[in-house]
Amino acid sequence: MSEAPVLLEMRSITKEFPGVKALSDVNLAVRAGEIHAICGENGAGKSTLMKVLSGVYPYGSYAGEIVYQGQEVRFSDIRASERAGIVIIHQELALVPGMSITENIFLGNEPRRLGRIDWKSANRKAAELMKLVGLNEDPDTLIKDIGVGKQQLVEIAKAFAKDVKLLILDEPTAALNENDSQHLLNLLRGFRERGITSIMISHKLNEIEQIADSITIIRDGRTIETLDVKGQGINEDRIVRGMVGRELSSRFPDHTPNIGEVFFEVSDWWVRHPVSAERMVCKGSSFNVRRGEIVGFAGLMGAGRTELAMSIFGRSYGTYLSGRIVKDGKEIELKNVADAIAHGLAYVSEDRKAVGLNLLDDIKTSVVAAKLSKISKAGVVDKAKEYQAAEGYRTSLRIKTPTVDEGVVKLSGGNQQKVVLGKWMFTDPDLLILDEPTRGIDVGAKYEIYGIIQRLADQGKGVIVISSELPELIGLCDRIYTVFEGTITGSIERRDADPETLMKLMTSTKKMQMS
Amino acid sequence: MSRFAELRKHLFGGTTSNARQFGMIFTLVGIVALFEILTNGLTLNSGNLITLVSQYSYILILAIGMLMVIVAGHIDLSVGSVAAFVGIVVAKSMHTYHLPWPAAILLGLVVGALIGAWQGFWVAYVGVPAFIVTLAGMMLFRGGNQAIGNAETIAVPQGFRNIGAGYLWEVGPDTGYNNLTLLLGLLACAAVVVREWRARKTRQDLGAEPAPLWVSGLRLAIILAVIVFATLRFAGGRVGTSFPISGIILAVLVLIYSFITRNTAGGRHIYAVGGNSRAAELSGVKLRRVNFLVMVNMSALAALAGMIFIARASASGPQDGLNWELDAISAVFIGGAAVSGGLGTISGSIVGGLVMAVLNNGLQLLGVGSDQVQIIKGLVLLLAVALDVYNKRQGRFSVIDSIMRPFRGSTPIPVTPTPTPTGTEPAKTPVAG
Repeated sequence: MSEAPVLLEMRSITKEFPGVKALSDVNLAVRAGEIHAICGENGAGKSTLMKVLSGVYPYGSYAGEIVYQGQEVRFSDIRASERAGIVIIHQELALVPGMSITENIFLGNEPRRLGRIDWKSANRKAAELMKLVGLNEDPDTLIKDIGVGKQQLVEIAKAFAKDVKLLILDEPTAALNENDSQHLLNLLRGFRERGITSIMISHKLNEIEQIADSITIIRDGRTIETLDVKGQGINEDRIVRGMVGRELSSRFPDHTPNIGEVFFEVSDWWVRHPVSAERMVCKGSSFNVRRGEIVGFAGLMGAGRTELAMSIFGRSYGTYLSGRIVKDGKEIELKNVADAIAHGLAYVSEDRKAVGLNLLDDIKTSVVAAKLSKISKAGVVDKAKEYQAAEGYRTSLRIKTPTVDEGVVKLSGGNQQKVVLGKWMFTDPDLLILDEPTRGIDVGAKYEIYGIIQRLADQGKGVIVISSELPELIGLCDRIYTVFEGTITGSIERRDADPETLMKLMTSTKKMQMS
Repeated sequence: MSRFAELRKHLFGGTTSNARQFGMIFTLVGIVALFEILTNGLTLNSGNLITLVSQYSYILILAIGMLMVIVAGHIDLSVGSVAAFVGIVVAKSMHTYHLPWPAAILLGLVVGALIGAWQGFWVAYVGVPAFIVTLAGMMLFRGGNQAIGNAETIAVPQGFRNIGAGYLWEVGPDTGYNNLTLLLGLLACAAVVVREWRARKTRQDLGAEPAPLWVSGLRLAIILAVIVFATLRFAGGRVGTSFPISGIILAVLVLIYSFITRNTAGGRHIYAVGGNSRAAELSGVKLRRVNFLVMVNMSALAALAGMIFIARASASGPQDGLNWELDAISAVFIGGAAVSGGLGTISGSIVGGLVMAVLNNGLQLLGVGSDQVQIIKGLVLLLAVALDVYNKRQGRFSVIDSIMRPFRGSTPIPVTPTPTPTGTEPAKTPVAG
């Protein structure tokens, strides 16, 4: 592989924004037919580099040169780079939900005959492309009716409709579950055999370790190193060291749990899907949480973990049918979010941008948003107290910002997540439900978030962590419930938790003996 | 930070959403100065200023309510019709049923609130978009006005006219000025000084760095100068005229609603709902109640505006309130609100409304025909917003930042470099958003 010619070389790329040098003297060399991973913490400049490459930032807006297939290229826009066979698939999928798979594949690139769209040939080609990416659906299915994993495949099919030579994937598996991720990785392997070159940006180091031929590490807008995976025996720790510039001795902070009595108990919880009346999203779920305990919820995407959590948090999802919640020995009824907050529940959602934060707010207003009553008298907000509260969390959670007057939109993912955590800590909860608390957050910030979660547990609060990353659950939780299609299939103590056991329970309805 | 940037930050809060407001204040000053020159000093003379306030106070009152509606992510097209409907009800209650005028005012407010409850019900509890509900309301209440009034004009009694056409009384010694207006000006000056002093103290108590003394001083000097100038002008008009009662109503409403939107939990909730309704809901905000109350409030203010108008016109007619909704909406958007909700301030909307008012008034003084006035107003609305959208797209800041750039000694480096908005959720662009 290493003898293969260089397909793409980016030389001394420097890109400045007003006041910020996003890239400085970055070099990248990608060989034909390889899978090249780009790693770096959030804000390191990975996406900027890819935007330079794909012409989002046109020639002239950056310094340095791009040599592609032996020639210097100067892309003026995305269309120019696509004509050259460079196609980028962004983290946020660019699909139209109300259009069919075929329509999406050829959007902006419709096969035409005499000025009209040639649907016959479009359908035929779409079928071919779908086969190529292993997508088993009717081409007339609307995008909104298929899952995220399949949508990702449609994006890739769309790239192939454009005759791709160099495929760039930005966090392709971020929103996918294990199965879909694995399918995608296999697909990339298949492409490699067909001689298609891929560049992949990912935070999931285990996937990179599995699949990449070489890895370029970027830190603070500079190239740190390029690693040859096959030759050098690269493992995750080695990559992390490059990314953060130091050795992370452990991915999880040391913690000795101090677990008390059961204080929160849900029994026989039934919830119906909000739209389709036959579908149950929670089928008689029962679970409990002890004081000081970190409880994990493992399950594949669509297993109903988020739905369970949100339906408990003031019935904010689905139609509540039956079930009891007992907290501190008393049965409580949580009819809306305000009730849930009043009873000491907090829910940190999996999608902090869509439902966790108001991106127009500054840090201080975000932090107090879920319990304004705590700092107001007769409905009037005491701004001094607000400022003090926000300052408190800025220090204790180490939110990187000059002042709490800064807008949350300016913060990095990890710091936004800290703001959300602060927002819910401010409500003095007894039980925190954290839904994918580290999604899209870089390694260093993850470590800090784990520390915060452990501190919360040490204060005697119960913490529920929902996560799609098994190593995270195993490393962090004292006990793990597995969920499969709305049913809780097992409760595994920390000492018994290993990926195989969990995965088995996450993929079958057979209930295991509750331990 | 350069001194100029520092000044901007301390004068206007320095957040992005305030940038346009800052630009609009400059624009307002510029327009006033332009017309002052073009009209040879007519614009700022006592008589014209008094006319300006009494002529536009009801539009500005509407803008207050509209701001909250727009911040919550809705729109209200019915305000003109609601104002006209309440106007005719109130006029008829006094004319035909001989209701005493204070009771009639109360009746008007109640009718307004009921109309708001009707519209709020559809918007908040049924989920019909406010655009549709109020479009229906626009026709409904316009028709209602004509049905009740038989498409005729009904006069209102003298006592009632004061809320639209009244002035502060002449009391005390003959100073050559209206004494109550002078007193009002004095109170305003005192309030401004006290407020500045308290703001500094609060920041110091928090351990935060207060604005540099020279900034506070400069800010005070400018505001006091404006107040003193305005006081003397308003107090020094033709005997019997002074600061209009409707202007006082407006000022009180501005103070109350600024306080509500900035300092109360209820106000916060409006911004939260407009900024991200799902996030607000999951933070325990009762969406429906907020939406309902915002609509109720809007119609109640529309009722008040309608009453002030008929008081000034001394009669209620079938053509009252025509196109008011458009003026109010323009004022709010020129004042920096976002179409998608969540952004905007009361003071910004007032400045936006004043820009339109001064423009209208100045062009009329110059004898420009109403056809051309409309064209110019339309262009101003479009340009004010387009300029801001354009500037936002060029870089982080809007209008004002581009004015500032040449003055910058050093470029401040953001602590969290976000060269690419990877979240693809840039700060909302007002209007275009």
